[in-house]
Amino acid sequence: MTDPTTNQHRATSGSAAAGRLVADAVSLGYGERTVVERLSLVVPDGAVTAVVGANACGKSTLLRGLARLLRPSSGSVLLDGVDIHHQPTRQVARTLGLLPQAPVTPEGVTVVDLVSRGRHPHHGMLRRWSAADDIAVAQALALTGVTDLADRDVDTLSGGQRQRVWVAMALAQATDLLLLDEPTTYLDVAHQMELLELLRDLNASRGTTIVMVLHELNLAARFADHMVAMSEGRIAVVGTPAEVLTEETVHEVFGWPCRVIPDPVSGTPLVVPLGGSAKRAHR
Amino acid sequence: MTATALLGPGARAEVDVAAVRRVRARTRARRRRVVGGLSILLFAVFAARVLLGDYTVTIPDFFRILTGTEIPGASYIVMEAKLPRAVLGVLVGVAFGVSGAIFQTALRNPLASPDIIGISLGASAAAVVAIVLVGMQGTAVSVVAVLGAVGVAVGVRLVAGSSAGHKLVLIGIGVAAALQAVIQYIFTRAEVREAQRVLRWLVGSVNGADWSTIRPLVVLLLVLLPVTALTARSLKVSELGEDAAAGLGVMPRRQLQLLLLAVVLSAVGVAVAGPIAFVPFLAGPIARALNGGRTTLLGAGLAGAVIVIAADYVADYLLLDVNFPVGVVTGALGAPFLLWLMARGRTGQGVA
Repeated sequence: MTDPTTNQHRATSGSAAAGRLVADAVSLGYGERTVVERLSLVVPDGAVTAVVGANACGKSTLLRGLARLLRPSSGSVLLDGVDIHHQPTRQVARTLGLLPQAPVTPEGVTVVDLVSRGRHPHHGMLRRWSAADDIAVAQALALTGVTDLADRDVDTLSGGQRQRVWVAMALAQATDLLLLDEPTTYLDVAHQMELLELLRDLNASRGTTIVMVLHELNLAARFADHMVAMSEGRIAVVGTPAEVLTEETVHEVFGWPCRVIPDPVSGTPLVVPLGGSAKRAHR
Repeated sequence: MTATALLGPGARAEVDVAAVRRVRARTRARRRRVVGGLSILLFAVFAARVLLGDYTVTIPDFFRILTGTEIPGASYIVMEAKLPRAVLGVLVGVAFGVSGAIFQTALRNPLASPDIIGISLGASAAAVVAIVLVGMQGTAVSVVAVLGAVGVAVGVRLVAGSSAGHKLVLIGIGVAAALQAVIQYIFTRAEVREAQRVLRWLVGSVNGADWSTIRPLVVLLLVLLPVTALTARSLKVSELGEDAAAGLGVMPRRQLQLLLLAVVLSAVGVAVAGPIAFVPFLAGPIARALNGGRTTLLGAGLAGAVIVIAADYVADYLLLDVNFPVGVVTGALGAPFLLWLMARGRTGQGVA
């Protein structure tokens, strides 16, 4: 852990990592309530970053701040070196995509129609729908494996299919950076794996920088290059999953004793929580 | 560059651009059919409204009158009564329909139409206060009515907070009830002569249509509707929820601009024809149902016009011998629809 009095943190993997998206001493909250306090973070370009932490630690708030959904009460979020709130919002949306936790599926909308809406930031007063948009949508459908569902009503799809369609919408936006807020919630293990592998592929093939808030530590360890562990609105540790997921850190961040062993499949850290009696013994 | 060349090694399936075009074309075709069908229907009810009724005008006669030939009796009835009444009905119907559909879509709740959440009543209450308590007349009253609607909209929004949706509808319904009480109180205090003018703000009516009202209304709508159409392009994105919309570059303030335009459209309609009950509330869902559940503002505008004209025809000729105001008929249509909507459970937070 770095010195808690300054609470200044920098990405450790690839020291002084190049970052198009940077949080500079940013404080975020809702009304009077401050959730994230003076947090600094460089999102490493071309990497998959997972943000983890206990419930209500401010990880979703941080993601909302990075996506300019929240205006910081102090500090700033920089995209390509410029305050994100000082840039035209449509221009930001061509660089930075977001898949929120609970998007609303409008009534009667087909898969193609929903995914097409991802092209919105690429249109303007003069630039309307074109053949390039058709291609971008078709690619997003193919990448997420939902081409066969093209004409289906999104309402009629299963949870896993629907989540893939939403990811397809974010892909159709064709941004260099993609933020996802708990994309695997409500998905079973097969669909979680499928989605995370898709994001991993996307990162590998297009070089898309990915930041995702994840609850599932072991999957986060497996798919992320870079990990940010948050606690009470501050960054507790940043680094590679192996650097972040130590027994001490996990205990400190989540308040529960764990054993950390190598994942037999991937070799990444595998967090195994101890029983309740061990928790009492730890006191 | 071909479609597949753009794809990296992450590709899992064939890129099927034709499928995308096919589905998009089908959606567009359906919308065209809805708009086309409603246009034909509107033309039919418009023609019936102008040509039929107590005094039938033949089509050749109608065109002779329109091109300036004086036919004793018929000319006056067409040019000063039937035609302005039908034209006014189309204009306010479109304004109400578009306004209602914007509200229902943006707030994702079919109950959130301006006539239900107190915005139309805000225009009425302001006008009634201006007439009875301040003694205003003419255009000034209309201006006050529009300001009243905007005032109520801003007030409801402030009280509801940014959470919008369900809470906003509940607060709006409460405000509507309070405004109704204000109007009734003032009505009881009005003099007989004033009461006649006040009544126009209680029940919507196109009976008093004349060209001097229609001309400024046409000018206003020629400005408002294109601006609304342009602003409403973001609606397809904002209906995905505030966060997803912001991710796509549409910030909440854009939705507020669109809602403000809808408030003004509604208020302008109320200012010329009174709050014709339930038209904004009915038009959007009818157009949506025809369009496979998808919002179409143009369809909603046309549906609004059809409702007003058809209801006015019924009010004028088909009910007893009395010439009812159109609002009585639309009110009778709207109430059962409201109950049906409630019973179907499409009014809660889960409307998505």
